[in-house]
Amino acid sequence: MPIILLLSGIAALLILALLALFLSGRSSATSVVYGGGLLLSLGLLGVGAQHLLGNTAPLELSLPLGLPWIGAHFRLDALSAFFVVIVNLGAAVSCLYGLGYGQHAEDPSRVRPFVPAFVAGMNLVLLAADAFTFLLSWEFMSLASWALVVAAHRDPRSLRAGYIYALMASLGTFALLLAFGLLAGPNGSYAFAAMRAAHFTPAVGALVLCLVVLGAGSKAGLVPLHVWLPEAHPAAPSHVSALMSGVMTKVAVYAVIRIVFDLLGPPHWWWGVVLLALGGASALMGILYALFDADQKRVLAFSTIENVGFIFVALGLALAFRADGFQAAAALALTAALFHVFNHSILKGLLFFGTGAVQHATGTRDMERLGGLIHRMPVTAFCVLVGCVGIAALPPLNAFASEWLTFQAILLSPSLPQWGLKLLVPAVGALLALAVTLAAACFVRFFGTSFLGRPRSEAACGAEETDVFSRAAMLFLAGVAVLAGLLPGVVIDALGPVSSSLIGHQMPVQTSQPWLSIVPIAASRSSYNGLLVFIFIAMSAGIVASTIHVFASRRVRRAPAWDCGFADPNPALQYSASSFSEPIRRVFGPLLFLARTEVEIPPPGSMGPARLRVHLEDVIWQRLYMPVTGLVAGIADRLNVFQFLTIRRYLSLVFLALVSLLLVLAIWS
Amino acid sequence: MELIRELAVQGGEMLLVVLLAPLVTGVVRKLKARLLRREGPSVVQPYRDLLRLMRKDVVLADNASWLFRTAPYLIFATTWVAAALVPTFATGLMFSWSADLIAIVALLGSARFFLALAGMDVGTSFGGIGSSREMMIAALAEPVMIMIVFALALLAGSTQLSTIAAYMVSPAVGLRVTLGMAFVSLLMVGIAETARIPVDNPATHLELTMVHEAMVLEYSGRHLAVLELASSLKLLLYLSLIACLFLPWGLAPPDASALFYAIGVAAYVAKILVGCTALSVFETVVAKMRVFRVPTFLGAALMLGFLGTLLLFVSRGF
Repeated sequence: MPIILLLSGIAALLILALLALFLSGRSSATSVVYGGGLLLSLGLLGVGAQHLLGNTAPLELSLPLGLPWIGAHFRLDALSAFFVVIVNLGAAVSCLYGLGYGQHAEDPSRVRPFVPAFVAGMNLVLLAADAFTFLLSWEFMSLASWALVVAAHRDPRSLRAGYIYALMASLGTFALLLAFGLLAGPNGSYAFAAMRAAHFTPAVGALVLCLVVLGAGSKAGLVPLHVWLPEAHPAAPSHVSALMSGVMTKVAVYAVIRIVFDLLGPPHWWWGVVLLALGGASALMGILYALFDADQKRVLAFSTIENVGFIFVALGLALAFRADGFQAAAALALTAALFHVFNHSILKGLLFFGTGAVQHATGTRDMERLGGLIHRMPVTAFCVLVGCVGIAALPPLNAFASEWLTFQAILLSPSLPQWGLKLLVPAVGALLALAVTLAAACFVRFFGTSFLGRPRSEAACGAEETDVFSRAAMLFLAGVAVLAGLLPGVVIDALGPVSSSLIGHQMPVQTSQPWLSIVPIAASRSSYNGLLVFIFIAMSAGIVASTIHVFASRRVRRAPAWDCGFADPNPALQYSASSFSEPIRRVFGPLLFLARTEVEIPPPGSMGPARLRVHLEDVIWQRLYMPVTGLVAGIADRLNVFQFLTIRRYLSLVFLALVSLLLVLAIWS
Repeated sequence: MELIRELAVQGGEMLLVVLLAPLVTGVVRKLKARLLRREGPSVVQPYRDLLRLMRKDVVLADNASWLFRTAPYLIFATTWVAAALVPTFATGLMFSWSADLIAIVALLGSARFFLALAGMDVGTSFGGIGSSREMMIAALAEPVMIMIVFALALLAGSTQLSTIAAYMVSPAVGLRVTLGMAFVSLLMVGIAETARIPVDNPATHLELTMVHEAMVLEYSGRHLAVLELASSLKLLLYLSLIACLFLPWGLAPPDASALFYAIGVAAYVAKILVGCTALSVFETVVAKMRVFRVPTFLGAALMLGFLGTLLLFVSRGF
């Protein structure tokens, strides 16, 4: 029954998308589409949550759709149900935000039809239980999101982003297609149930893993397959950016978990190494890219790469533990990964909504032109502050809880017997620690330059608070982030069925712990209680503030800023976003970004300005993608000859091809 | 009855650290002055400063926001909670299980996050310079702390400070290379985190060298008092942490009698005095380094911590 409900919800979303096409001229279109989307996603969310929390057996359904001899298979198990919750929570809040944001977006009729279609596509991926349906839904999701990326089609940057995205998405789908081809085997059994039952040789397993990392990892934004992500996510309207960054990357994570943990059978230890290495590299590189960018939405997109790296590290640990038979540790690592999936989807949605509000209020997302918005947009500023504290993984908010669990899993890994893991895991742990603290620096910079200080432009001076729907969406997500941080045990318990269905083991029940602490292994080993920490901080701050105000002084005087007696009224003299990251650029830039600084000082007597130029190179783009694109272009140029042949030559070519194929066939057998 | 006793111990611990913190600053200042053959202010001078600051008006910059006004209390409360979780004179404190060593490090990270934001709030160039440098130093120092936590947690089989401290006095410890490396890197990171020479100079007001002082430049009155107290508290926290991890003798066990607590407090004060002396001597004999030498300094600490952890990973499982 729930699966029929889910499928009819998805069908309703598709109908809504069609309806949006017909309504495109009406003024009520925004309310109808986003209101309908909100209700439908809430319904889907409810069904998914009920299945996840009810801990019921997997449900299956086949429909006579798609290829005639295969049909379409659907399956709802704990893993799908969890991701259904993630997707539809994100979608519901985005629709709520869209109710306000969609009113004042430019050219909304290019966006509206694709949002419900995109949500429907993501939901279909989660329910698909055969390779054909999965790939079809995956491609549908990619196309719908592509249409949203190029919604602002007059902007050449959007077009470029759409072009790169389309290329990378087709590459990813191609890799997944090959992976499923290998999984289906020579008999072509495309249903997931048949793949689950089959046994694969180590070589096939290795190949499938690499193809999945290529296919789903590129969608998730793993370094070095991430190049499309910081272009495409910011190009879409903000509520769609939130969906792409917060939710669609999680659908890619779902694909990895589904194929590697579920379909591929028992893992080998080195599979974990692949995920750990890529995840660690993504975490560090992602946050460094974020630190050196001044575009708010690009910073957030790069931070998504960091968080995806974090999730993949936890997944890699889970694989390694599972391969070596440490089921409890594998359950801990997998739970940490899934918990981080939840946290990141909440926080990234919140932050993208905040930048959307800022972009609407000021017309820019360049941090060097913002500032002082905390005075003009108090609610937005507060919500974004919560998001920044959360995503910097600071206690007592939610992302800290999941990163804490990941560190606990790392601490269990010396018992892994393989040398490769023994050497790699502490290094990845150090990378993660570095990425977490750099994330704190990145989000101090993000919040400090956009919301604090003095306005750096006219637009920032005249900003106004955003509309009521947008504020409601942001406040809701901020509330969820705080609650999940204070009561992490509730979320961990909800994830229990997922890890027991995939690994056959789950973390101990957390909500029965005294004082609602979380205790991953044993109380003597480690425990953390976000609620108590929060209460302690609130109480201590309250006691100190009230004592001082009652017994000492409560007077306040306003005066110009002191600034060592050199208060210059020009706001350009403030620390800017690029000057904030200059010390970090000095440390990491020369190595990872080939950073160079040029100082031009005019000769004595000249009145010309002195200039400082910073050159950063994206090493991955320069060294990996440029040669490949150069190669492809070169081959294309050579093959161009074939376009201008006479009909006789074409015929002889066809004849030659036929003969050589026949020869190959003859020699093959 | 048991509950009241535990609450009293926990409360006493919290009060002790907050009362002792300015004294630590005073003692270090006095010792440094004496080492330079100056008379120096009295050791209770920090208390007088705090009281005077608290009674003064707050002078807020015109465009300071609510964040600027609430940040001092948040920073102080977070540091205080972190300090309350470090066993000073007794282990097994009532709430010590509510956060382990990773959480303590992260709590200090929260305090720093708000301090850096407060530095950027007024929109002056000095606030920004301080925040930016502080976050650069922190970005390198916090991973070192996490590496030290990893090393200790792998040895003791726990990230809980009380358990680690109990393990460190037990005969199971032995002499280990990892411990030596962790100790040295903890000292290095402690110096960086508490803004001491050679990383930062707590007494400087020369623009080019300020880090911590630049962030709090716009603060005055009670806000400045709270921030000063928080930074003294952080210094005491690191001294207590080093004492608790590497000199864990004299800590009163859970459910001990009053005599044990008295011994615990006496031992704690003695350890802190030793720490203050060592810090004063060290600060007197070294020169401050350039800000951009700090990454090298912390990179060395990170390598030490990492090698210590790696050694444990490699040596396990035989």
